[in-house]
Amino acid sequence: MILSNTETVPGRTIREFFGVVSGSTVRAKHIGRDIMAGFKNIVGGELKGYTELLQEARQEAVDRMIQQAQSVGANAIVNVRFSTSNITQGAAELFAYGTAVRVE
Amino acid sequence: MEGWLAFALQVGPVVVLLVSTYFIGSAVEARHFRGLRMRELRSRNFPIATLREVPEGWKVEECGLVSGSCVISLDYFKRFVAGLRLLFGGRIASYETLLDRARREALLRMKESAHAAGYRAVIGVRLETSQIAAATRQGGTAGVEVLAWGTALKLRAP
Repeated sequence: MILSNTETVPGRTIREFFGVVSGSTVRAKHIGRDIMAGFKNIVGGELKGYTELLQEARQEAVDRMIQQAQSVGANAIVNVRFSTSNITQGAAELFAYGTAVRVE
Repeated sequence: MEGWLAFALQVGPVVVLLVSTYFIGSAVEARHFRGLRMRELRSRNFPIATLREVPEGWKVEECGLVSGSCVISLDYFKRFVAGLRLLFGGRIASYETLLDRARREALLRMKESAHAAGYRAVIGVRLETSQIAAATRQGGTAGVEVLAWGTALKLRAP
């Protein structure tokens, strides 16, 4: 599966469009990470636990999007976008979407 | 006398925390900026652009999505100062540097992961900022996440 966030797949030609595909996941942070983050929150700096957590979650959202694209017979997704929303205190939704296409 | 002692006991820890996080936070920030400058210098030959199209004359062999992200938070002292700023209005410099650090870090990570995967350039770069948790109550996490992503290109020799 080829992913790109431009209108085309550079170096290839789009033959067919399959419409929008998307994948999402809602994650809550766990308490251990929260305690470390709480400490980091005092001295400032990167909250590595959160960075990793969000990266993993985003990867899962992308994987789900890819699965959906495969199920419709696409071999690439163009114009991939990400969005993050804060649903409640301590939980976030990671969302990935794009247009499934077949390229040559 | 009693009243003063009680007051000092109440305010003392906060003052100690403010003073110590001022020094620790500044040191952490300065170190981060030093690291950013060094890595930016090292990766200055790796082109990234917000263009959505491949520049003319480039022969693309392969493309793929790359991203980099960073969650970062302010120290206690800076958050305290920012809180005061919210009362008086005006420019909150501590948040400006925070976002600057987060964006540069995210972009660098994107570049580095693209470079490590053998790509030669990234086009269509986008940046997204989100507040992952609000510091609503005392002790809340005031973290911002910056995500940078784009389409990385492997080029064919001309």
